[in-house]
Formats: sequence, structure tokens, C-alpha cells
Amino acid sequence: MSEMGATPYPPGELEREARAADTRRRWLLSLPALVIIIFAAAGPLLVMVVYSFLTPGDYGNVKWQFSLEGWTNTIVQRDIFDDTLIWADAHLSIFWRSLSLSLITTLLTLIFGVPTAWFIATQPPGKREFWLFLVTVPFWTNLLVRTIAIQELIRSEGVINLVLLKLGIIDAPLQMMFTDFAIGFGMTYVYLPLMVLPVYAAVDKLDFRLVEAAHDLYASRWTAFRRVILPLIKPGIIAGSILVFIPCLGAYVTPRVLGGGKNLMFGNLIELQFGQGRNWPLGAALSLMLMVAVMVALIWYVRVTSREQADGR
Amino acid sequence: MDATTNTQDSTTDAIAVEVDHVSKIFRGEQEVRALDDVSVGIRKNEFFTLLGPSGCGKTTLLRLIAGFEPPTMGAIRLGGRDISRLPPNQRPVNTVFQNYALFPHMSVAQNIAFGLEMLGKPKAEVQKTVDEMLRLVRMEELKNRRTGEISGGQQQRVALARALAPHPEVLLLDEPLSALDLKLRKDMQIELKRLQSETGITFIFVTHDQEEALTMSDRIAVMSAGKILQVGPPRDIYERPAERFVANFIGESNFLDATLAGGKATLAAGGTFDVHVPEGVRDGKVSVLVRPEHATVHAGEAGEREIAGTVENVVYSGEATVVHLRLATGEAMKARLSNAPQGGEAAPETGSAAAVTIAPGAVTVLRD
Repeated sequence: MSEMGATPYPPGELEREARAADTRRRWLLSLPALVIIIFAAAGPLLVMVVYSFLTPGDYGNVKWQFSLEGWTNTIVQRDIFDDTLIWADAHLSIFWRSLSLSLITTLLTLIFGVPTAWFIATQPPGKREFWLFLVTVPFWTNLLVRTIAIQELIRSEGVINLVLLKLGIIDAPLQMMFTDFAIGFGMTYVYLPLMVLPVYAAVDKLDFRLVEAAHDLYASRWTAFRRVILPLIKPGIIAGSILVFIPCLGAYVTPRVLGGGKNLMFGNLIELQFGQGRNWPLGAALSLMLMVAVMVALIWYVRVTSREQADGR
Repeated sequence: MDATTNTQDSTTDAIAVEVDHVSKIFRGEQEVRALDDVSVGIRKNEFFTLLGPSGCGKTTLLRLIAGFEPPTMGAIRLGGRDISRLPPNQRPVNTVFQNYALFPHMSVAQNIAFGLEMLGKPKAEVQKTVDEMLRLVRMEELKNRRTGEISGGQQQRVALARALAPHPEVLLLDEPLSALDLKLRKDMQIELKRLQSETGITFIFVTHDQEEALTMSDRIAVMSAGKILQVGPPRDIYERPAERFVANFIGESNFLDATLAGGKATLAAGGTFDVHVPEGVRDGKVSVLVRPEHATVHAGEAGEREIAGTVENVVYSGEATVVHLRLATGEAMKARLSNAPQGGEAAPETGSAAAVTIAPGAVTVLRD
């Protein structure tokens, strides 16, 4: 007869061992991803931070000499003639254009995306996959190719102008290429799926009996949308807006192809510093600025949504 | 819109809702006839129950009255006015949904206020009515809670308050108690009855629970396969079911063969009884119903006016003992005996011969 509690294992040992084995397995499984993140994301980021505090080299590259000019140059610049400090208007206006075009694009994808998502989510289950597939088709093609295709539509001899001319609606081709309109149009097209998908997920989760309940309680269609549907799909709308807004801020290919050389966006400005501008520290500082702006937006988003969650759901 | 019209009408015969030859056909992969030429009049201030198994069309009928779906054929009138074409938000009818459908992003009080706000009532009146409703359903203390933070029974009460707040002419209730546990359900049955008599609103209540229907209703409509089989007060439905389906669906039943002649039914197993004959049943072979609690059993040979049988099983169930018998005709029969205090007369033993006595007036002729 053994005594009470006289087991071969001290209390808790088996649990401890199982936990340790579990932790080991998890680390092992995530190791490849961790390696990639460290070498491919954290590493270059560190390089950028270091570069932003160095002096530009004569033919690009950097000189290993500490300097804050990269950062100060983002906001002010030294006049070439009398060496006085002046506001870097060009940077500010580009920053402003990026911000406003990104906001407009977000708004447009909302206006087009929400009804689309609603339409798909209210299809019979078998047909939704088809429509979702159509929405994601553009992702299957290279961004550059799609952007050039848009160019074919809107350039002076493009499809839209030709049709309008033939129909006699206009006398001379409309100048659409190389305008802010072209950039907005292109970005709306490119990022629309990023709005449709999260909003679709939110509408799909929506309990339509709540909509019936709203109608039953004398709400018109519009009021039911505003008071019941909108608040309930808001997380999807916010997620979609963030997903559209952030890449818009850093968009590079679309503004380059459709905006031409003049209508720079933030991404093009950064590219310029590493190319013709030969000012790598400035380019590094600008891209870090962009990253911080994006992070602030993200943190704000997480705060807002988590506060709503805490409000009770 | 006259959703706030006081409906406390002393003329109880006035019709609140008239369903006029309504059919509803759902066309999907196959055609489903959810409602098949249904006509029924629901009186003002009545607690009216649509009772039937799932898929019988009771919820469809409710949704048609609420306006969520248009009828395929027929019309629906409310207080004499044709409302078939009105959208749900223009019908002075409110619904308590099966799963309550409370707005999760609003507090208890905001949920209750919703209908009143949509009707454009002044703020002070909304506030007053919401407070009244909170008191009526005893939810004052939880008025600022989110609907996700309260229990199922409390959600049920909020759903009721929300639907009652605009003082509709008719309140539709779609199996509102089915998600509650037994004890809570019993309490809510009494609560609902109280609310109905306090507010004087016509209630149309959908359930598949026969006991719930019998306990709460002024009148019951028993439905099956898209048709209304019988409409009447609970006692009529239980004691004078017109069809086998109705008898079978509500309570325990014995179906016996009999011959009907001149208002008297002679059972194949023996005994002649005065019976009520439903419309459309002619003399000849018929089926009759005897409720188990209307039959008694004692051990021994059958005397005059008694039916002989053999005891096959005796099942004790607390307040009663059910004796399963095989009659001489081969028919099965159950008798339900109330249990006397210990030391009282014992039920006959399995395998023994027994005699069944059927109470006068307990034999009902069925239409099938």
C-alpha cells in the first residue's frame, strides 16, 4: 500500500513539462518567420535610421559623418544663393497632396465599396464566391500592368477620349493623364478591393433580423441604415479605410505612371532622393516620417476600435 | 400612422386582424407552399395563439402580418383597413423576435426608445414612456446596460418593452419563450398574460408548445402544413378537437374505432356514448378520441358499461400513473390515474385483466 500522495512525480511537474514542451514547439514553428522579419524588416529599418543621421555622399550613398540635415531638410531647406533657411514648400505641398489624395481615394472607395460589399453579402451563398472572385481578380495581375492599362483608358488618344470625340460630346481630347484626377482615379481602382473585402466581412456577419427589427419599429430604409446597419458594420468600414489610406500615402507606381513627373506623391519624393536627388539621408528621414505617420494612424485605429469593443458588444 | 391609438375597445368582437384567403409560396429550388389559403379573424384585445409543429407556416403568417414578406395571394386587413401593401415601418404592429433581435450597440433604454424616436415623439414623451416600460417589465435598474451584458430572461423583457413602447395595435410574438429554461418560461408565461391584460393590446403569439398555448391563450389556431385546422378556445381545442392531427398534437390521446349512428357512437371495443359530432361527419365508421385522464381502470373482470383489457405496462410519473392496456379488439389504450396518497388504491398489475371505465361525455368524434 502506498501512502497518500506518494506518486512518482512531485506536484505540478507534469504540467510544467508539458508547458515547456509547448513553448519550445511554438518557438520552433515561428523561427523561420522571425528570421525573415529580423533580417528583411528590422535590419533595413535600422539601416534607414542610421542613414538618416549621416551626410549625403557626392554621388549618392552616404558619408560616415554625423548630421541632422537629413531631418531638418524634411521641413526647411537652405537657399542655394544666400544660404538662408526657408520652408521646404515643395515637400510640404507634396505631403499635403499625398494626404488629400489619400483621403479622397479612401472616400471614393467607401462610396463605391460599401454598396458593392452590401450587394455581394446579400447574394445567395452560392453566388457570393463568384462576385468575390471578380473583386479580387485585379490582384492577380501586376500593379504596373494594370496601371498602364488605365493609362490606355484615359490618355489623350485613349479609349474614353476617342469615344467621347466620336459621339461628339467633346471637340478636343480631355487632358486626364498627368493630373491629380488621374492619380485619384487610378488609386481608387487599385485599392477598391481592400475596401470591399473587410466591409463584405462585416456585412456578412450582420444579423439581418436587426434590420427587420428596425423596420418593424418604424424606421425607414435610410434611418435603419444610419441607426442600425452603419454602427454595426463600422469596424469593417474603419478596417477598410485604414487598409486603403495607408498604402495610398506611400503609393509610388500609380502616381508615377499616371501623374507623370510633376504630380509627385510622397512615395515619389522619397524615390527621388535616392535617385536623381542623391540625398540618401533626406530620403531615409522622409520614409521614416511616413512610417511614423502610418503608425500613428494605426494606433489611433486600434484605440478607437478597442474602446468601442469595451463599450460592450 | 395611428400606432398610439388606444385600442381598449369594449366590443370584444371587433376584428383587429383579418387574414383573408392568404397563400404564401416560396419559390426556390423547389416550390414551398408555406401558407395554403388561410383565413382567420383575430379579435381586439385577444391573446391569440398560432400553434403547430415547425414548418407548419405559423411564423410565415406572423411575418406576413408584420409586413416582412408580401403574400402570394390574399389580403391582410388591420382594423378593417387593407395593409397588404404597407411596408413594416408603416404598420402599427410590432414584433417580439424569436431571438429578440435587440440592437447590440445600444443600451436597454435606447433599445426601448428606438420605436418612439422613429415615430418622432417629443423627447420628454419618449423619456416618460421608456421609464413606464422599464417599470412594466421590471428592468429599471439595468436601463443603462448593453444588451449583451444582461441575461436571456432580461433580454426577453427588453424585447417585450421595446415592442410595446410605441403602443402598437397588435403585438406579434414569434416563439419568444423558446430560448428560456423551463422555470423562467413558466414565469414569463404569467408575465406575458399580465402585460397583455394591463396594456389591452391584441397579442398574436406563435409557439410549438401546446402547454404554453393552452395556458396563455384566449383562442388557439392549430396549424399544419400551411393550413389552419381548427380555431377555438383552449378548452374546445383540447376537449373537442375536430381532427386527429389536432388531438394528437395537443395532449395525450387514445384513438379508437367506433360506429356513429344518430349522435351516438358505439366503440368497437364495447360501450355506447353520447357524442358531439363535428360538421361534415356522417354516420358510419369513425375514429373517436378518449383522453387518457378521462378513463379509469380497475383490476378484475369488466362489468356493464366497462371495457375489458389486459394491462401491458404501468408507468409511474409522479402525480399520475399511466396504465397501458390492450383491448379485446387489439387496440392499444392508455388510462391516466391520479396518484392517491400512499395506502390508496393501487394500479392494476402488469399482465392482469382489467376493466376500463370511460367518463360520460369523454368520447369525441374526429373528422379524419
